[in-house]
Amino acid sequence: MERLLEKKDFYAGLAMMLLGAGVALNSTTYSLGTLMHMGPGMFPFILGILLIIIGILIFGSGLMTPLEEGERILPESMEWRAWACILAGPLMFILFGELFGMVAATFMCVFVSALGDRTATLKGSALLAAGVTVGGTFLFSYLLKVPFPLFRWGF
Amino acid sequence: MLATALSDLWYGFGVALEPQNLMWCFVGVLVGNMVGVLPGMGPLATISILLPLTFGIKPVGAILMLSGVFYGAQYGGAICSILLNLPCHPPHAVTCLDGYPLTLQGRGGAALGVTVISSFVGASWGITEMIFLAPLLVRVALQFGPAEICSLMLLGLLAGSTLARGSPLKGVAMTLVGLLLGIVGTDIETGTPRFTFGIPSLFDGVELVGLALGLFGIAEFMKSVNQFSDVNMRYSKVGIRDLRPSRDELRRSIPAMFRGTLVGSLCSLIPGTGPTIASFISYAAEKKFSKTPEKFGTGMIEGVACPEAATHSSVQGDFIPTMSLGIPGDAVMALILGALMIQGIVPGPRLISEHADIFWGLVASFWIGNIILVVLNVPMIGLWVKLLMIPYKYLYPSALFFVAIGVYSTNNDMFQVGETVAIGLVGYLLLLLDFHPAPILLGFVLGPRFEENFRRALLISRGDILVFVEHPISAFFLLLCVVLILAQIYVRLRKPKARAIADEKPHGLGQLIPGGSEAE
Repeated sequence: MERLLEKKDFYAGLAMMLLGAGVALNSTTYSLGTLMHMGPGMFPFILGILLIIIGILIFGSGLMTPLEEGERILPESMEWRAWACILAGPLMFILFGELFGMVAATFMCVFVSALGDRTATLKGSALLAAGVTVGGTFLFSYLLKVPFPLFRWGF
Repeated sequence: MLATALSDLWYGFGVALEPQNLMWCFVGVLVGNMVGVLPGMGPLATISILLPLTFGIKPVGAILMLSGVFYGAQYGGAICSILLNLPCHPPHAVTCLDGYPLTLQGRGGAALGVTVISSFVGASWGITEMIFLAPLLVRVALQFGPAEICSLMLLGLLAGSTLARGSPLKGVAMTLVGLLLGIVGTDIETGTPRFTFGIPSLFDGVELVGLALGLFGIAEFMKSVNQFSDVNMRYSKVGIRDLRPSRDELRRSIPAMFRGTLVGSLCSLIPGTGPTIASFISYAAEKKFSKTPEKFGTGMIEGVACPEAATHSSVQGDFIPTMSLGIPGDAVMALILGALMIQGIVPGPRLISEHADIFWGLVASFWIGNIILVVLNVPMIGLWVKLLMIPYKYLYPSALFFVAIGVYSTNNDMFQVGETVAIGLVGYLLLLLDFHPAPILLGFVLGPRFEENFRRALLISRGDILVFVEHPISAFFLLLCVVLILAQIYVRLRKPKARAIADEKPHGLGQLIPGGSEAE
């Protein structure tokens, strides 16, 4: 039983059950209606119930099959820095975009996410970011005319 | 029938050869070919990145370009498999088996040459099939009422989620998640906002571009980052002269090509079995058919020609249900259908008659695009091979910028960039639990229409749920659903056999396929 906690299907099934239950409960706050005149809550309610059933089935198949050799939930190497950088890149885009405009947003987005690679250097990432900034602003601002000021002071 | 088909096709060529459309088609296949070659970038991520850029183009041009990316990427993917033994594009994973040994023997160029020929043969057949089959399907589909549409969509969703890679149960779970995501936003019939949590940006629903870029962009980058070791380029010097296969190689590969085409076109008729499955099945079939099956895996040219032809004929065939019924078979088709819907075009059986320019223009552009691809690939092969050397550490940060600006430019809304990051994180967690995100997109795109037809069918039947079984066509689709589920259970119970097929996968494929959940 202890090995259960190492199984992917255990968590996968559990996640789907919880999601299904949450959806089904939430749907009842909208009106369900009748089968003939369905309310907005009916369809998501049905989906939520189905998701719970599928979740139970996944959970059950996890219980029945033995642990596969080498099965592990987390990847072999934990790339915390890379993951953080990849998620932070677009967030930087939002932050610097709102405050300073497209040029700063582009530069920071590429710069921060490039730092996620294990071999990345500050200089190399900055060069890449500068290159993408030049190309990107040309493409999106001049050619495609995306309404996003190149520079702004958003305070 | 032949005469109308030919005159429609003639009209299509007129549309596709308009300078604007020709240009978009060219851009599409060029970009597709490029990302196909690049390890770690797939057609799904690329199409989603390009999607927001197409809002300003006319619908025909937009669809020609996005489709071009899809089939263009198939040409490029083969280069990566044959020269580097990197199965980064699932449909070409089997090509590694015999393609890379050929490269080691110094016949990599010939293998690429054969690939180009078989791709063209496969694609041509797929297009021909589309010309004749799509209008036929439409004639049947126009009779469908809401109940039939509903059952057909159910069949499409079920096939799309259970026949693709991974556990069928998890595929169904992802489809349900996709359907739920499709519900987010204002209910069309009653105006009630559903699952919006009071956030105004969600009242219009989850943005297709954001969903696709989160799942196939950000989640995919998180999976692939730092996973690429330096690639071995030693054998990758290929010039235009090397592409010519020897007479013997050609003689052996031509029949294999036709067999592959046949398998591919059969696979494309079953929703959910995209190019990946077609290429695996055709390789297995070719091995069975061969007089020297033991030699497969050591550099048999047939083992390259057959799966490549199958891939391409099935890629083109994939468009048939998408365009004629409005039911996509996989995630790429779901995206292309989504692109049509963003342009204000209602998918379904009426598309071909109401938007003849789109349909016939697309068909004609396939041929033009495939010819462009042959022209691009033969003289410029050296350049494509050089592209293989672009390291992933430069690729993904640049791609992230395109993700961010692409999502922003759909509605000029920064909230959606944040939404995409959140979807990406959840998508990565799902990947860790062996959920493949492709069916999410399928469910998301079909969801609203599915719900609408479901409600309408029950309204017409006065709430009688048996309506789905009482209509014979609908009952037939539901029967197919049951057969599909039973077949899955049967396969599960006979596991050893399924394992045998899994063993056909090239060495190392099981470990990690960067971009592995890309287009099936």
